[in-house]
Amino acid sequence: MKMLINVAETVVADALRGMAAAHPELTVDVENRVIVRRDAPVAGKVALVSGGGSGHEPLHGGFVGPGMLSAACPGEVFTSPVPDQMVRAAAAVDSGAGVLFIIKNYTGDVLNFEMAAELAEDEGIRVAKVLVDDDVAVTDSSFTAGRRGTGATLFVEKLAGAAADEGMPLERVEAIARQVNENARSFGVALGASTTPAKGSPTFDLPPGQLELGIGIHGEPGRERRPMMTSHEIADFAVDAVLDDLRPSDPVLVLVNGMGATPLLELYGFNAEVQRVLSERGVPVARTLVGNYVTSLDMAGASVTLCQADEELLRLWDAPVSTPGLRWGR
Amino acid sequence: MLDADFFRRWMTAAHTAVDQEADRLTELDSPIGDADHGSNLRRGFAAVTAALEKEAPATPGAVLTLAGRQLISTVGGASGPLYGTLLRRTGKALGDEAEVSEADLARALRTGVEAVATLGGAAPGDKTMLDALVPAADALGESFDAARRAAAEGAEATTPLQARKGRASYLGERSIGHEDPGAASSALLISALARTAGAAEVAE
Repeated sequence: MKMLINVAETVVADALRGMAAAHPELTVDVENRVIVRRDAPVAGKVALVSGGGSGHEPLHGGFVGPGMLSAACPGEVFTSPVPDQMVRAAAAVDSGAGVLFIIKNYTGDVLNFEMAAELAEDEGIRVAKVLVDDDVAVTDSSFTAGRRGTGATLFVEKLAGAAADEGMPLERVEAIARQVNENARSFGVALGASTTPAKGSPTFDLPPGQLELGIGIHGEPGRERRPMMTSHEIADFAVDAVLDDLRPSDPVLVLVNGMGATPLLELYGFNAEVQRVLSERGVPVARTLVGNYVTSLDMAGASVTLCQADEELLRLWDAPVSTPGLRWGR
Repeated sequence: MLDADFFRRWMTAAHTAVDQEADRLTELDSPIGDADHGSNLRRGFAAVTAALEKEAPATPGAVLTLAGRQLISTVGGASGPLYGTLLRRTGKALGDEAEVSEADLARALRTGVEAVATLGGAAPGDKTMLDALVPAADALGESFDAARRAAAEGAEATTPLQARKGRASYLGERSIGHEDPGAASSALLISALARTAGAAEVAE
């Protein structure tokens, strides 16, 4: 597998140096691995800190900026960041109004963020936490660690970020983040596995002519393998999997998300099918976003996330945002 | 009796073992995880040996506590907090003594293993590092070599199990047939302990 890298050990640091050069509006601490909006802490406003393994770009570092995250902590590839990073980030962005940790539901992320929340509170920083667990491919039961956090993370970061921008207090920003997560569900499919720099070969073996249904964002196989399907059939399967779990009474925000190696030509075509299924199922669409936002390195495939949005969430969605990965209204 | 130097040598031996076996651990982590267990632990134990060279703590408890803190600060993922907690809590349970007995270590390790179970919410049979650590801690009361064998057998016995915790649990039945990488690395840690003790016996 050919990759545009030097050595696997420096992949994250190299990317952060390049990000710093491209985005002078961010403060990128390459050594300690913390990305902070340059004007932080913003007086009187709640700060949002997120993080997770690298390899999901633009998530999360690409979502740092006005209207979204205050800081992000990138871990090693597909590996949770460590508590030191989150404490450093929280200290850099807290204006006294408190910090919301946005955590995707993976054992590593949860354990490290919980340790970090305790340490930050010891330093006198008020911390609230929201857990994102939107992936319907893995069901919650006593035998699993619960649903994974995937595409809904973008909705939580954007909508809670807008709420913080409006000056809402920590409790309210946290409540909105929870509301978004409770109203959002995702389902992903892979046409090919991802390759991590450390391993250098595909993380699972997906023969030609087959696809994986119900994949996550860490190069792990999904819940089922089938012979290749058309975009039309995949949209039926994915949207129905989401709607089996989420029965929206309000219009939905739609995220058709590429996993990193699927071109926009295919993603837009897939979105046409997703919109067709939603229309056939009688689900009104309020807004749609198509692109590579919550990726899994070079995995081919896509995920669909729906988020039921009331008028307040719609207003927060339309609010201006200015980050490397998401930008409108300014 | 075991002194701080013994524990430093254990950590160095663990670092060497993780270094040598990193590719195998990563390979084990590939079908059921995300193929980085070896490289993550290698980074963590490299930081442990570097910190121990710099600080040279005076007691067994301080060696393990420092090692655990380094793992929490450098490994990331779930292994960082879980391995870090194992060593930190074991170290704390050893207290401030300059030398500890094998029985003290066995008791302390049991405390550390219990802390891992609480943090991860897992139990033996869930296909996690506990499947190697719990039998190892029980057997350590008998001898270092018994602990080594118990850990190795415990790790091997995870192969037919279905994962119920961590990322591998998302695979359901598809996690069956693969040795758990966390149990495999835990067996390496215990094997390094037995080797360190063996070397000490030979030296005496």
